[in-house]
Amino acid sequence: MPAIDEQDYTKSFRLSIWKSMIPFLRPYRKTLITVILLNLFSAGIDIALPLFQSYAINNYIKMRTTEGIAFFIALYVLVVVVQTVFVIMFTRRSMRIEMLLGRDMKRACFIHLQTLGFSYYNTTPVGYILARIMSDTNRIASMIAWGLIDMMWAIMYVVGVFIAMLILNPSLALIIMLIVPAIVLLTIYFQKRILHWNRKVRKINSKITSAYNEGITGAKTSKTLTIEENNLRDFKEITSEMRHAGIRAARLSAIYIPLVLLLSSGATAIVLARGGDMVIQNVMLLGTLSAFTSYAVGIFEPIQQIARTFAEIISMQANIERVDGLLQQKPSIVDTPEVVNKYGDMFTPKKENWEKLEGDIEFEDVSFKYPDGHEYVLEHFNLKVPRGSTVAIVGETGAGKSTLVNLACRFFEPTKGRILIDGRDYRERSQLWLHSNIGYVLQNPHLFSGTVMENIRYGRLDATDEEVYAAAKAVSADLVVEKLEHGYASSVGEGGDRLSTGEKQLISFARAVLADPRIFVLDEATSSIDTQTEKLIQDAISHLLKDRTSFLIAHRLSTIRQADMILVVRDGRIVEKGTHKELLAKHGYYHDLYSKQFEEESAMRVLEA
Amino acid sequence: MRRTKNRTGNMKMILQFLKGIRYLFVLSVIFAMIQTVLNALTPQIIRYTVDSVIGGSESNLPDWLEGMIPKDAEVWTLLLGAAAMVLVVAIVSGITNYFSRMTLAKGNEGFVKALRDRLFEHIQKLPFSWHVQHQTGDIIQRCTSDVEVIRGFVTQQLMEVFRISFLIILSLSVMFSMNVRISLIAVIFVPVVAGYSGIFYSKIANRFLVADEAEGDLSAAVQENLTGVRVVRAFGREKYEIDRFEKKNQKFSNLWIRLGQLLSVYWGLGDLITGLQILVVIIAGTFEAVAGNITMGDFLAFISYNTTLIWPVRGLGRILSEMSKAGVSADRLGYILNAEEETEPENAEEPDMHGDICFEHVNFAYEGLQPVLKDVDFTIKKGTTFAILGGTGSGKSTLTYLLDRLYDLPEGCGRITVGGVDINRIRREWVRKNVGLVLQEPFLFSRTIQENISSFRPGAPFEEIQFAARIACVDEAVESFTEGYATIVGERGVTLSGGQKQRVAIARMLMQKAPIMIFDDSLSAVDSETDSKIRAALKECLGSSTVILISHRITTLMQADQILVLDNGRVAELGTHEELIQRDGIYKRIYDIQMSSDDRALLEKEGE
Repeated sequence: MPAIDEQDYTKSFRLSIWKSMIPFLRPYRKTLITVILLNLFSAGIDIALPLFQSYAINNYIKMRTTEGIAFFIALYVLVVVVQTVFVIMFTRRSMRIEMLLGRDMKRACFIHLQTLGFSYYNTTPVGYILARIMSDTNRIASMIAWGLIDMMWAIMYVVGVFIAMLILNPSLALIIMLIVPAIVLLTIYFQKRILHWNRKVRKINSKITSAYNEGITGAKTSKTLTIEENNLRDFKEITSEMRHAGIRAARLSAIYIPLVLLLSSGATAIVLARGGDMVIQNVMLLGTLSAFTSYAVGIFEPIQQIARTFAEIISMQANIERVDGLLQQKPSIVDTPEVVNKYGDMFTPKKENWEKLEGDIEFEDVSFKYPDGHEYVLEHFNLKVPRGSTVAIVGETGAGKSTLVNLACRFFEPTKGRILIDGRDYRERSQLWLHSNIGYVLQNPHLFSGTVMENIRYGRLDATDEEVYAAAKAVSADLVVEKLEHGYASSVGEGGDRLSTGEKQLISFARAVLADPRIFVLDEATSSIDTQTEKLIQDAISHLLKDRTSFLIAHRLSTIRQADMILVVRDGRIVEKGTHKELLAKHGYYHDLYSKQFEEESAMRVLEA
Repeated sequence: MRRTKNRTGNMKMILQFLKGIRYLFVLSVIFAMIQTVLNALTPQIIRYTVDSVIGGSESNLPDWLEGMIPKDAEVWTLLLGAAAMVLVVAIVSGITNYFSRMTLAKGNEGFVKALRDRLFEHIQKLPFSWHVQHQTGDIIQRCTSDVEVIRGFVTQQLMEVFRISFLIILSLSVMFSMNVRISLIAVIFVPVVAGYSGIFYSKIANRFLVADEAEGDLSAAVQENLTGVRVVRAFGREKYEIDRFEKKNQKFSNLWIRLGQLLSVYWGLGDLITGLQILVVIIAGTFEAVAGNITMGDFLAFISYNTTLIWPVRGLGRILSEMSKAGVSADRLGYILNAEEETEPENAEEPDMHGDICFEHVNFAYEGLQPVLKDVDFTIKKGTTFAILGGTGSGKSTLTYLLDRLYDLPEGCGRITVGGVDINRIRREWVRKNVGLVLQEPFLFSRTIQENISSFRPGAPFEEIQFAARIACVDEAVESFTEGYATIVGERGVTLSGGQKQRVAIARMLMQKAPIMIFDDSLSAVDSETDSKIRAALKECLGSSTVILISHRITTLMQADQILVLDNGRVAELGTHEELIQRDGIYKRIYDIQMSSDDRALLEKEGE
């Protein structure tokens, strides 16, 4: 689990950020208003409840009679029951708002993410995006549904209590009111610091998780270096930091809460002294004094809540900013309105207007630099790839072999120059048109959790079962499937991790075959695969290359040799270009790479023969 | 997988981590109790004030307290005195509250730190075979989430149960001393309220689980979409993905909405029961007061005690049902903590490791699997270079694991000796310190390059680190980074290429200055030119060290004093380069292919 240090966002209140929430709230405005009204009523009842006690004292206990108490009881029960009904109604609606708001925001984020370009994905860690879709939206939704509404209840309650107190006894009420600003200031002061330390605790916590992660994945290395003790010492440093921060956070609460309680007792003391005096002087009834004590104690929790929620709402601004930031992210590659008009968009493709893709690809004076890069990795690059031919791209790991494929697939667009498909600039047609004609097999083949059947069918959603079987057979993936317990209905696990890399690769080949693409891209696996599977994979590749324009990011000699043209990449640039024979004869970088590979493969072939 | 069924045993073991800090928890409980008693005083003060000061009736204070109140005091003074008492009690209560919280926080953090440190230490010391058998994600989950559950159990739930129980006993005994009849009415509700929330929470726990799973499911779906973004785009499957996501999104929110309906009823009914309890107590109190069985002050105090009693009782049911979760977590942690660490033989030796290395009829199989080494027998003379050639699964890496004691050779499976001493009798740490091993796929820690290279000797002088880097031919690459040796590698820093990683790992191993050095295919990712450059540099600084090299490169292998060809776990060929090329074996065949005028060979293979 990667620990990402989230940057801190604006701290002061900014209305413009909150406005971005309005479209999400609009569908639920009726429910929201109902919830607010329910809370109003509920607060009213909460204010009325101590009055029953006060009434009992003044009219029954003081008078030493129980006359008319039946009606009193009935009314009291009724109020309690009504309150229950309010609570039930309000809770349901709040929960509904929370979940539906969260759902809508998640959906909006997810849909938007499908339109963003690879430049976004390459520079943003998955954990970071995931946190926005899941945690941030959850937090916003629950704050709006519960926090804001609770706060409204609390405000209503406090205001109501003051009104009640003012009616009952204005001078005593005013004295108690004096304590309110003290509590508010206290809460704001402490809450800010508590939030700060809690955030720190969370950060250290993710450090601890990473430390465990490293301690476990690096266990073998630690053993060979006998550095277990050093690791433990480092780990203890982090946990000490954690203990320190944890105690700091606790100390703040340990000071804050008793202080608030003390103020609350202060209010009680005032009521007792002043109120008692008034009762003795007969300016106030004893029952009223009892109601006042209840109010004086009862008002403190809501006041704290208001201040606390307020602090949280301010910090929630950061969550909104992050979600909004994601939604405002501009897709780097967009189809022009004319193109959408003719070919349709992601949701409503106009397939009837799609031309057949033949597979002639031409790079015409293409210059390119990555959006986050500083220098051009391609400059005035020209290349013609006739339909059906195979281009292999070779180079060391991390040398930038994917660039050309990224451009050909329009995952990125040329910074200057054009790329022509079947003689026309590919920007004149929709992304979906091109992508529907591409078959892509990754180095670490990505399968989706689900069955083998579902994964192969991903290549063509309307394929029949028979077509799926045929596709699997064509690349010998059926041999893999046969070995699985439930055959095609077997689950592949999350990310396909119940299968070996070789098996995953064969399944992803079947997926590509089913799509029957005009353009085929293979990012070949480097990990060692047993000789038998290796053979199957080689046959599958040959099958796939037939009659398709292909780009191979290749590691295996057999794959490289099949290519009609080889491009050699070093440090992000294409340094050599030609056929296998031409390049070998050059005695350049390709020769080096090839010899290294040759030594290993030849040894392997003899050893495992 | 054998599971430890002994639940109380596991919990007991985990509670051991309270050793030395248990007093903090005891103190915290004591402070909390004092605070509870103090809080119970306030209603008594109010009662006294209402009855005796305001009401003017006979006070029922104990004599010693009565004596402290001046007889001739004015009413106003008494009122002020009462108010002052309320404040004094509140201040003392606040102070105890502070200490109760602080002692608990210190105990809490100390406990969790001890538990986390022990887990980390233990995991580091578990045998390598244990690590192979367990998934990283699962272990991390146990070390984080389950530790949190245990922390909650020890420092919140357990403490709350103590506190609430004490509060119930205290409140009830005061209430009973004031009036038995109303107290009985009040007490009837206690099991109802606690039982109601307890039963509800245990009933609904399952639904929470389902809803949590749905959230996990949704999160996994998003993650898959994000990591698989290339596949999604390349197949133009955006709409399909959105539909798939939306189904899970809908399911997740529906589950919670339904859960919300249950919760709303629970909360509502909980409020209702509590509200009715208070109501019944007020009514009963009114009747008793009207009948003259209790005073007005009693009535007010009673209601006050009842209110402070009933809310925590409501929480108690939930806490009790949540506590059951802790048992499961204790088991999950117990599973790790009970696993056996690497052991040392008695009187483990620390001999000089500059000696001949002998593999004597070594047979080895990983637990439950086919044998990987079969009767392997050879000797490596000290100070020589020994090369191993073998295919995937031939057992060549296993040889190095055994020599470094990452796995132990069991009794009766032959012997491995260094300088005549069986390595099973040598202290494990001693062996590893004296055997430098560069793994095939090296792991670098996400720290700076300097820290990585000096892992073995933190704080080693920079010149030595630079020297090691130079021998490993990685100095130029490192210096080309803007931060140089201070560059952080891995997730948070620079991604190194495979070859760079291997070379940093070599430099790191060189810092060990070990008498035995093993390079497990450690130069596979660098080109042959750099390979020979590194080997030449190594030769300069090896001294008397014995070197074991695993490689596929004839040019690398042929420089060794002896070459071993492993085939399927057996020694197929063994000898010097000259000897082996005389024989018509595996080595010779590979030699022929790799060495015969290379260009032609490369081209001829084209037809295959």
